[in-house]
Amino acid sequence: MSELLTDIDAIRAQFPILKREVNGKPLVYLDNGATSQKPQSVIDTISHYYEYENSNIHRGVHTLSQDATAAYEDVRKKVQKFINAEHDHEIIFTSGTTGGINLVASSFGASLVRKGDEILITAMEHHSNIVPWQMLCERRGAHLKVIPISKEGEIDIEEYKRLIGPKTELISLVHVSNSLGTINPIKEMIDIAHAQNIPVMIDGAQAIHHIPVDVQELDCDFYVFSAHKMYGPTGVGILYGKEELLNDMKPWQGGGDMIKNVTFEKTTYNDLPHKFEAGTPNIAGGIALGAAIDFINSIGFDFIHAHEAELSRFAVSQLRDIKGLRFIGTAKERAGLVSFVLDGIHPYDTGVILDKLGIAVRTGHHCTQPVMNFFEVPGTVRASFAVYNTKQEIVRLVEGIDRVKRMF
Amino acid sequence: MVGTVGNIEQKEEEIIDEFSLFDDWMDKYEHIISLGKELPLIEEGLKTEDLLIKGCQSRVWLHAKLQDGKVIFTADSDAIITKGIINLLISVLSNEEPDAIVNADLSFIDQIGLKEHLSPTRSNGLVSMVKQMKLYALAFKTQLNNPS
Repeated sequence: MSELLTDIDAIRAQFPILKREVNGKPLVYLDNGATSQKPQSVIDTISHYYEYENSNIHRGVHTLSQDATAAYEDVRKKVQKFINAEHDHEIIFTSGTTGGINLVASSFGASLVRKGDEILITAMEHHSNIVPWQMLCERRGAHLKVIPISKEGEIDIEEYKRLIGPKTELISLVHVSNSLGTINPIKEMIDIAHAQNIPVMIDGAQAIHHIPVDVQELDCDFYVFSAHKMYGPTGVGILYGKEELLNDMKPWQGGGDMIKNVTFEKTTYNDLPHKFEAGTPNIAGGIALGAAIDFINSIGFDFIHAHEAELSRFAVSQLRDIKGLRFIGTAKERAGLVSFVLDGIHPYDTGVILDKLGIAVRTGHHCTQPVMNFFEVPGTVRASFAVYNTKQEIVRLVEGIDRVKRMF
Repeated sequence: MVGTVGNIEQKEEEIIDEFSLFDDWMDKYEHIISLGKELPLIEEGLKTEDLLIKGCQSRVWLHAKLQDGKVIFTADSDAIITKGIINLLISVLSNEEPDAIVNADLSFIDQIGLKEHLSPTRSNGLVSMVKQMKLYALAFKTQLNNPS
């Protein structure tokens, strides 16, 4: 293996967008929790696909289709290795994390969940891991139960154990919270659930680019994530599911590619993974996800984790001294972001002024309205980090907040 | 009727003149912030769910009443910059006849460089607020034309 890349300037140089100015100032991009920027290799892979390989996959006998199919299927294997899945057919391409959760809620949930059954989630879920379950519960007459969190933003494990009961059919947990940064003890939680034979799905949208994920070690039943938060393109995601469960599940969407044989009387379905991949997928995006994984592997999680943890520590140490600043989410185990409110200044106002200073942060409820209600804030300001961020950028953020405070 | 539309345009011109004095964004935003702080607060009792316009980022409350053939708007928001822009919109549209409000094009927002705040992607409630102001005006216009 070639030497790992650990020079931040060299890493930054791979991201063309980081060279641009916003409102006359060098861009400070701290909205990586929403989406990360893309390295040149990912951008080039997309261009190259449309310039040289564009064709539909899994069908054509011609060279272009063969090449595109091979490139797409290679990425499936790359993803398998990246999350250490046992089989490559356990890797299902989706449109993103939301698409993956909806697939499981619709297919697995519908066959498993009956009237009176319970589905368990945490109080810190993204709307994407709330609403599909609510919709399922409405359809089936089931109940959605919510594991409470502490004021630090940590799951109450004792309460979790109490909430698991004979009616619990499925548990869906966020790995890393997008609004609080909490890393949940999912291994421990999966073991607790499995002791009672309850399957567990993990929403890894905010984890996959920060920490190494090994689905066999975790023993999770499903794991979902998006390419665009891990330096890849939008519109592509992955659903990992255990082979046995995926085989038992009925297809979600019907169409091309997911069938074996179609007559007007009866259709037989394709095998894994194609059974869940109806229609022409985002081929360019899928292939470019491979380039994003190569980018992450060229740096390695040891450095990524250490660098981002150092950025978080530095950000907390710098922001802590700002009078009237209150952190939302102070869990012991956290990843990649700081979320805060300023006394008497609305997050929207803060975001507008920071934008004028060239600093991109996320403001609002971060699609976690229940979390905002719990902390009794209208929203927060969230600075979320990626491997290309620097301490100088955090200094710019702190200066920006000082400016905001002077203006209001 | 034409005279009333002129009224709105005149007020818009005054705002454009006022904003032309600002050299940089800081001065402009400091002015908007002070306009936000000046805006008379809506009565707490009126901050009800049915007067609330939900934006993803900030919330806006809007109240309208018809008085002597003119529409009187009062509004509030939890974010100060949003409130500052509300102040501008109210100073232009409030105390005008329903028909003039319905026909106002409000291009002054663009001309003073605040168009981004009236973009649906901002999701601050302002786009819905303008729509709601016009809907109120339309309803009052119908009411005036068809007195019961």
